[in-house]
Amino acid sequence: MFSRFEGGIHPPEHKKVTEESAFINLPIPHSCCIPLQQHIGAPAMAAVKAGDIVTEGQLIGTAQGFISANVHSSIPGKVVDIAPVLTASGMQQSVIIEAEGSFSASAMPQEVSDWTLLSEDEIRERIRNAGIVGLGGAAFPTAVKLSPPKEKPIDTLIVNGAECEPYLTIDGMLMKSFPDAIIEGTRIALKALSVQKAIIGVEDNKKGAIAALKKSLEQAGAGNISITKLKTRYPQGAEKQMIYALLRRQVPSGGLPMDAGVIVQNAGTVYAIREAVVHGMPLFSRYITVSGGAIRRPGNYKVRIGTRIRDIVEECGGFSQEPARIVMGGPMCGLGVYSMDIPVVKGTSGLLFLTQKEVSGGDYSPCIRCGKCVSVCPAGLLPFALGNAAEKNRMDLARELNPNDCIMCGSCSYVCPARRPLSHFIKITKQRISAKR
Amino acid sequence: MTETKNTSKKEEMLVVALAPHISSGESIPRVMWQVVAALVPAAAFSAWLFGPRVLLVMGVAVVSAVLAEACIQLLLKKRVTALDGSAAITGLLLAMNLPATAPLWMTTIGSFFAIIIAKQLFGGLGFNIFNPALAARAFLMASWPIEMTARWPRFSETNALSPVVKNIAGFPPAVYDALTQATPLGIIKEGPKILADNNIGLSGLWDMIFSRDMLGALFTGNVGGCLGETSVLLLLAGGVFLLARKIITWHVPLFFIGTFTAAVAAYYYFSGFPAPHLMVAYNLLSGGLFLGAFFMATDMVTSPVSAKGMMLFGAGCGLITFVIRIWGGYPEGVSYSILIMNAFVPLIDRYIKPKVFGTTKKIKGGAV
Repeated sequence: MFSRFEGGIHPPEHKKVTEESAFINLPIPHSCCIPLQQHIGAPAMAAVKAGDIVTEGQLIGTAQGFISANVHSSIPGKVVDIAPVLTASGMQQSVIIEAEGSFSASAMPQEVSDWTLLSEDEIRERIRNAGIVGLGGAAFPTAVKLSPPKEKPIDTLIVNGAECEPYLTIDGMLMKSFPDAIIEGTRIALKALSVQKAIIGVEDNKKGAIAALKKSLEQAGAGNISITKLKTRYPQGAEKQMIYALLRRQVPSGGLPMDAGVIVQNAGTVYAIREAVVHGMPLFSRYITVSGGAIRRPGNYKVRIGTRIRDIVEECGGFSQEPARIVMGGPMCGLGVYSMDIPVVKGTSGLLFLTQKEVSGGDYSPCIRCGKCVSVCPAGLLPFALGNAAEKNRMDLARELNPNDCIMCGSCSYVCPARRPLSHFIKITKQRISAKR
Repeated sequence: MTETKNTSKKEEMLVVALAPHISSGESIPRVMWQVVAALVPAAAFSAWLFGPRVLLVMGVAVVSAVLAEACIQLLLKKRVTALDGSAAITGLLLAMNLPATAPLWMTTIGSFFAIIIAKQLFGGLGFNIFNPALAARAFLMASWPIEMTARWPRFSETNALSPVVKNIAGFPPAVYDALTQATPLGIIKEGPKILADNNIGLSGLWDMIFSRDMLGALFTGNVGGCLGETSVLLLLAGGVFLLARKIITWHVPLFFIGTFTAAVAAYYYFSGFPAPHLMVAYNLLSGGLFLGAFFMATDMVTSPVSAKGMMLFGAGCGLITFVIRIWGGYPEGVSYSILIMNAFVPLIDRYIKPKVFGTTKKIKGGAV
């Protein structure tokens, strides 16, 4: 028996291309463009100025306020400018660094031998200093997530290894390649939260990852960490769906996972937590999957934050055919971008170069009321009705249909035979409603 | 660096759109033409059973439906989508709801009514309240009742029923003729009267209805009736195809047929009818029940969108069919039951909605 959630879809996985590709370090780019806001919350404040010489891993942006995150230089070099630059989420103040000098200051600045001697606060402090954010895509500052308020007791930590988005294979590769690090990172997070139980949820299409984690757990003695195999289904990796699949708990509408006594951390984030706490390593590089029909050498790569798409394409052998769309993240939730100068940020889990054949598009027609969107909606909404209301700009009708419970998974748009951009309509609805408030 | 040059050129062709960037590839024409394909076996069988004229009726119905759609869309200055398969389904379903003797002019009028009045004037595909083919059938029934019901073709000589009817109780030729002109459901409704008029006992009639030959013929479709409704076997095959392709779900057909069966069983059981189980089988296998339950009540546009709503809709169809067949003036009630329930769909969709995630009152495992 597998655990699963209600609704959802199972699109073609497209993971075969890269799921066996071991991580490759991409060469250092000549120039990096590092936005000061790569996370949810307040942007970091620049800690350097044009002309400064920075080392690899040096703090270049200081977190402003509680919900914010530090930003570090990903390459050694010279700050040439601090200016607004086009990123996947619009114009962002960014530090532009040109590589120069040596890598002497790199590697592991302050390695600790035993993190178990650290207090909960010290662990959180290290995570905060390292600028760790959720690496699954949302980029919520991790130290904040690991500091739940006292009135919300947490009993379970979930490590999200679902990686339900098609094409992406980094979390699977991480769990398969570094199972010990994932387990250790989980233990660190457990300690920071003072929680007794952790579940690592992995979809059953990642058999290698499950086997590796199980073996690692056996050797270390499982203790309070368990692994649960989930039936592959999108959007399993969405926090609320993951919690329901593993614990049969529903996060109340409008609430957070902590309202159900749970904290969810992505597998890649847990890995970064360990890097930060054990090795004192700031988050200035990350693993991404480069895939899609248009790229010549798809694979799983370790890239420096701030590397531009253009540089990555060049390192991956260029295009074998014209990409029709470039997506940062997965094809279901990722951001479409139109410039090759956009940099990879902390929340970028993949870069997809999709061909015309792979992408959706074309004209849409009126709803034929087939009800497919209703049956796949994991939030239990009526996407077709929300779409119809948004199309007519009837926000009064849309408001009654709980648009704010939509998790923007895109399953409705995916299945619609009339090709209606339903999740797009719902996004517009959400924005209009919040603008009116 | 030719690569860079190429990429900057390609950049101009990049499309930015909100997620998701992929789709299932499903489209309206694909859905509609698969429904047509699912109807083909039953339609082909009909041509074999009732003769080649059936193909003419079907052809006229389909072509005039598609033409009507193209004309009205041009006239209303809408995008012409006449070939998306939906008009073809309407035409084909209408033909399958007509007797094989249906005059071609009437068939054409039916198709035009279905497309122009019942579909396009309501706003076109997705906006019509009533199933267009059934609305047209109701319109034809009201306008030309003789053409619609009184001229059922006789059972052909190869038909399994001819010897059955002949051999039972030595019916005199007049009675034989009268019985062979009725549909199976017509035999139940009018048979007793025909026999009484000729001073013949009822037992012969029940013997005939409940003979193994009769029930077998009903299942394979070797009986009288509308073009497409006779073969339960082939309609079921088409229905299973649609289920497997996920074009329809099990909710409507199961609750339609299930509720009807339960109601008929209860009625015949409590009214003390001899052999109620045979009567249930006879009722289940005759008339348009399977055509209606799998192909017409499941029409996406005119049925509810939620699973619970579909179940209620199907149950309502089953119940109304039962009421019409047992107490109504017509021998058959499938088409009217669907039309009546079509009218309730907006109401059902308004009040029966899926549960929004996270609003269940008691949260399981309640850590909160």
